[in-house]
Amino acid sequence: MPEVNLPTLLRQHAGGERSVSVEGATIGEVLEALQSEYPGMAGQLVTPDGQLHKFVNVYLNDDDVRYLDKLDTKVLDRDMVSILPAVAGGGA
Amino acid sequence: MSDLSTTSAPRAPSRLRLASSHLDEMVAHCLGAYPEEGCGLLVGDAVTSTVAAVHATRNVAASAQVYTVDPGEHLRIDRTAEAEGRAVIGVFHSHTHTDAYPSPTDVAQAPDTTWHYVLVSLRQEVASVRSYRIVDGAIAEEAIEVISI
Repeated sequence: MPEVNLPTLLRQHAGGERSVSVEGATIGEVLEALQSEYPGMAGQLVTPDGQLHKFVNVYLNDDDVRYLDKLDTKVLDRDMVSILPAVAGGGA
Repeated sequence: MSDLSTTSAPRAPSRLRLASSHLDEMVAHCLGAYPEEGCGLLVGDAVTSTVAAVHATRNVAASAQVYTVDPGEHLRIDRTAEAEGRAVIGVFHSHTHTDAYPSPTDVAQAPDTTWHYVLVSLRQEVASVRSYRIVDGAIAEEAIEVISI
């Protein structure tokens, strides 16, 4: 199973663990599995219409999945998936 | 030189501990980024709220009104921090023409309730630096404690 690194805010929903392993052959399946196994994460990763939440960045190893196949990006058991929040704001 | 004077607003009990060199780094980066907003991440000890390093990052929004920390740089900084036994504990960014206070945009997009949010205002001739906690839409200014490292 691929390893998933969680950002600080999501770790509380996974017993405080920084990384977990879930089943999934694609990024979409991995995120779905995360939300299913850790219900507290529901709605924070994928929007109701099945898109990656715009304030979440997901990496397959070192690559941003938005530049790969997004939620259809293939994931292997040896891969590392990293989830980080988008850091943005501004004076506007 | 930065203005760290206090205001009459009520303060939360938390504080951000950092060195004067960290303040200088943040201000210098924001001045260098002007007229765009400058931004970066703070790495350190989340338990003691102590900054160990300031990591200036690219503002991929390339705007004078908004910022977005380069996601790839965020990933690299996060991994390096973990390897060092540290964590990303906050973010700094500049307001080029407004006060060092979180905007509605800052509040709406605050990514982590455990983080410290440092604002560098370039509105006046002397940069103003303030730090805040943003939790569930509530803004609480915190003291900046300058320490020796």
